[in-house]
Amino acid sequence: MFLLMEMGRLALFFLQSIILIASFPFQFRKTLEQVHFIGARSISVVCLTGAFTGMVLGLQGYYTLVKFGSTGFLGAAVSLTLIRELGPVLTAIMVTGLAGSAMAAEIGIMRISEQIDALETMDINPIRFLVSPKLAAALFSFPLLTALFDVVGIFGGYLTGSVMLGISPGIYFSRIESATSMVDINGGFIKSAVFAMVVITISCYQGYYTHIRAEGFGAKGVSLSTTSAVVIAFVLILVTDYVLTSFLL
Amino acid sequence: MKQPLIQIRDLHKRFGIQEVLRGASLSIYKGEITTIIGKSGGGKSVLLKSIVGLIHQEAGSILFDGKPLDAMSKAERRALKKKCSYMFQGTALFDSMTVRENIALPLSERTRLSKHAITERVQEKIEQLDLAGFEHKYPSQLSGGMKKRVALARSLVTTPEIVLFDEPTTGLDPIRKNAVHSMISDYQKRFGFTGVVVSHEIPDVFYISQRVAMLNNGRIIFEGSPRDIQETSDPLVKQFVRGFESRHDELTGMLPRTQGEQRFNEEMARLHRHQIGFSLLLLTIENIDEINQTVGHEMVQTAIRNFASQVRRNLYINDTCARHSMNQFMLVLPDTTMDQVRQLCKKLARNIDGNQILNRPFPAGFCLSISAGIAEARKDIPMKEVLARAESRQNTFYEFRVC
Repeated sequence: MFLLMEMGRLALFFLQSIILIASFPFQFRKTLEQVHFIGARSISVVCLTGAFTGMVLGLQGYYTLVKFGSTGFLGAAVSLTLIRELGPVLTAIMVTGLAGSAMAAEIGIMRISEQIDALETMDINPIRFLVSPKLAAALFSFPLLTALFDVVGIFGGYLTGSVMLGISPGIYFSRIESATSMVDINGGFIKSAVFAMVVITISCYQGYYTHIRAEGFGAKGVSLSTTSAVVIAFVLILVTDYVLTSFLL
Repeated sequence: MKQPLIQIRDLHKRFGIQEVLRGASLSIYKGEITTIIGKSGGGKSVLLKSIVGLIHQEAGSILFDGKPLDAMSKAERRALKKKCSYMFQGTALFDSMTVRENIALPLSERTRLSKHAITERVQEKIEQLDLAGFEHKYPSQLSGGMKKRVALARSLVTTPEIVLFDEPTTGLDPIRKNAVHSMISDYQKRFGFTGVVVSHEIPDVFYISQRVAMLNNGRIIFEGSPRDIQETSDPLVKQFVRGFESRHDELTGMLPRTQGEQRFNEEMARLHRHQIGFSLLLLTIENIDEINQTVGHEMVQTAIRNFASQVRRNLYINDTCARHSMNQFMLVLPDTTMDQVRQLCKKLARNIDGNQILNRPFPAGFCLSISAGIAEARKDIPMKEVLARAESRQNTFYEFRVC
């Protein structure tokens, strides 16, 4: 019963957040600030993780493919793995750690210090004011960050596969071009957009309802909300990834 | 008969097993300040939050202008919310916004005013509440008193019709506490809003209230004027009010009003028994509203404190002085004739040193205008009549300015 209520509340929270993005007057400035917070601040981490993921894929892929004498397919293996799976998933996980936890803590503190109540008394919809700009910014930033992750990862794979292990760069990149279709790229973007909704909704929801947590109040409540936000977002990213993959393949 | 603006009827609210409100009923009248007093944790804030819709009651109803809140359409509720403002006990300022942004938020989000108009209105509030120079600071960089002022500015910037204050002076020193009371009273007079104040500051808050209600065990057990509550015979209310009322008024060091009146009655008894007469001197700071606007509420409260201290220094040991209202002091002078009171007035006008009023040079245009009304007590005249005589312009014997 509790789980059902919680899911219902979460669904309403998400619907309100997404519908209110389009409410007038548009919150351009706040959305841009969130693009900076979620997107721009995550670029370096996304590049770093993307590069090393691509490099390790290049390394592992090479030593697997060499057994079958088909190292020429390394580019295709790296790019498809990144574009279809690892790019959206790892980007979402990185942003959850960077921005999702911060959002849960920020909104949680606003809740326990009555700042959200203050918004309500001012007739300002707290979900529109606090969550909608974050969701809009994430829907914009997640696909871009994912694309960045993919590109950097592909170059990471090139670094290990071609520069270190000697596969011809021409073969590496031509295989990428021939193996990757728009369906794969679109699938990756769909996943990243869904992950954006999952991460932001879960993180903001956990912070927003900090005050009704049974396990802890005040600072402890905020700490628990932050932890829950990260853990639930991670799990849901992987669950939705499986569901989406099964539909997209 | 006057119709209440807000009517709370038989309100019930429970948190888990704890029943906080058990049928609370209260009437709040338009253009008046109603103060709710009661024990800590007794449900005063819950009652206040129920009025503004932050907490939903389990039973009972809240009526605005005769219409139940529950029966209102969404649009009506929004329109009502626009008329209301709430000042939180913990200020609830947005900690990632500056003072200016905090004050401007209700205007920028709720109204379609131009940027220029918003800036003007915010600047006006910043100046009125002595916040100039702090507008770019964040709440964490401000003192408790300053945060309260920012919260007050934010709650008043939309010129609301109903303002709810949840313990607006908790944790403030006497000067700042009285300054906040003075601000609430001053703005209420100027803009005519309906105020509901939850407070423990007895008797200070009585000076600014037209009505007082006491909440006990989840029910309103008393409603009436500040005078009614101070004169009530209900033992529970009496015990509570007396328990909170300190021996001395925190700001002035004088007796609180009720104890001043008690002293008056004691002198009256002496007059009846031993034929020893006494006189009453009522000192009034006449231009308090004007100087509040000129130099700010905090500086005025400092001046009142220092003025009261200098008055006390010029009295005999058996004279009694009590704070009668925000800007009035009642002096009960035993065994004193009217001529002797006149001499005392002259002495006060001569001896009160303007340089010690603010502990620093006076700003331009700052003077306290004092009027001294005198009346002699007589056996056949009740206290109210003696006070009224002292207050009347005919008996204002002396007027002087302290600059």
